Amino acid sequence: MSLSPDWAKLRADFPILNQQVHGKPLVYFDNAATSQKPRKVIEALVHYYERDNANVHRGIHELSNRATNAFEAARTRTAKFLNARSGDEIIWTRGTTEAINLVAATWGAKHLKAGDVILLTEVEHHSNLVPWQMLAQKTGAKIAYIPVTGDEGVLDLSKLDSLLTSQVKLLSMVHISNSMGSINPVAELCARAKKLGIVTLVDGAQSAGHLPVDVQAIGCDFFAFSGHKICGPTGIGALYGRTEILETMPPYQGGGEMILTVGYDKTEFKHAPHRFEAGTPDISGPIGLHAAMDYLDAIGRENIWKHDQELAHYAYDRLAGLKNIRLFGPKQNRAGLVSFLLKDVHAHDVVTLADQAGVALRGGHHCTQPLMHKLGVESTARASFYFYNTRAEVDVFVEVIKEIQKFFSA
Amino acid sequence: MFDDINDLYQQVILDHCKQPRNFHELPQCSCSAQGFNPLCGDNLKLFLTLEGDVIKDAGFTGSGCCISKASASLLTENVKGKTKAEAEQMFERVRDLVTTGKTTGDVGKLAVFAGVYKYPARVKCAILAWHALVGALKGEAAPVSTENEQT
Repeated sequence: MSLSPDWAKLRADFPILNQQVHGKPLVYFDNAATSQKPRKVIEALVHYYERDNANVHRGIHELSNRATNAFEAARTRTAKFLNARSGDEIIWTRGTTEAINLVAATWGAKHLKAGDVILLTEVEHHSNLVPWQMLAQKTGAKIAYIPVTGDEGVLDLSKLDSLLTSQVKLLSMVHISNSMGSINPVAELCARAKKLGIVTLVDGAQSAGHLPVDVQAIGCDFFAFSGHKICGPTGIGALYGRTEILETMPPYQGGGEMILTVGYDKTEFKHAPHRFEAGTPDISGPIGLHAAMDYLDAIGRENIWKHDQELAHYAYDRLAGLKNIRLFGPKQNRAGLVSFLLKDVHAHDVVTLADQAGVALRGGHHCTQPLMHKLGVESTARASFYFYNTRAEVDVFVEVIKEIQKFFSA
Repeated sequence: MFDDINDLYQQVILDHCKQPRNFHELPQCSCSAQGFNPLCGDNLKLFLTLEGDVIKDAGFTGSGCCISKASASLLTENVKGKTKAEAEQMFERVRDLVTTGKTTGDVGKLAVFAGVYKYPARVKCAILAWHALVGALKGEAAPVSTENEQT
């Protein structure tokens, strides 16, 4: 456990946070959508493009060696970040969404057939719903859902036994809900699934950069996350897959980089992970992500998690003290975000007014439309935090919410 | 705190969003159309009763943000008594107004929407009901949306 970090000093590593928006100091509370980037990550990208830029895995020249080494070092670093056994278990993708689509298109297309069941939860982001619906349409597999309870967004596991039938071939679930801030018991669920031979996928988009993640301890077969939500660049993410399962999977896309030999009639594919990475990849992305992972682990993800949770509970408690507000997500043990609705004020009006006060929120269905329907709402407003946010910012935010209530009740 | 925002949330707009006028179905309507922006959830249905070429009555139902609701409410007041051609001309004026802040000709009370163009994310809210109006007059069956397209 590292010492308690100097949060104010860390905040100064983010040039973007030091600005005014509409004449007010920026309060950036849209971290669940994307995080900001510290100078070290920006510098890593600049260094790569100014010194080392070349294509990977094919050049004999110095720059290509450097680019290849940095690209592969980032893969090994990602394995360490998730406590995977080796870099061979890390496939680069554009983000969480592509990682899940990759599993659906390869593992899913090979192993799923009519009558099989894909088990999801009711809090899933569209990225962990739509790929399975598309696959179900193609294969004739069915989708079932672990239900959630009320506004808390916590899984109701009382019916789990009846849901875990022998038809279930895959359990895919989000680690932390982006719209509720609830934390799913992924290790417990993976253990239950494993006993029945069910393959498991964890969507770690909201968790990977916020708390220590150990894919071996979770016991999942796949884990997906996005770089841009954890201080890295946009356009890069990763899929962890256990080697044993990756080796059973057909390629994702065809092209260069993923082949051993190609003939006019027949092609031999590389082993994982390169089998799944056709074409020139995003090279600067993994390099920037490497810098981000180093940066986060120097702070200590256990420290970030503590800070996230404290801020979220502080914000939740302060908002709960207001009248005419509906709060979503669990009261206890919530991740670093708060979703809410003001009585008779639409979420988009909240977000537009908050923006005028320099506070960046998100309003909408947060890509969880089925959950919003279940809750009987069209949208919510959401404040989501990261380690560079402060209690003073939460205070500004709460005052702004009070002013918004006044504005619409006048 | 929100002095600058009054150009978007004018008093008339706040009034119409809190107490929308003609906020009901018209069971005997001649035509209707749905305006739906799935991304933000604004969803309204517009009803028109025509006598010959003249809009005799207008009403709407649904839910949405303050801007979309106020816009629908003011629309129903505005188009009553207008011919189809006059209503379509008004649509064009309002579209110009909410996208540029300027328009040609008299728009009456709808001038309160002159500040919307400064908030690009909210133009789609202000114009949704007006697209539904055009859809209803043309007899379009599919819901209209103002997301991901030119207003």
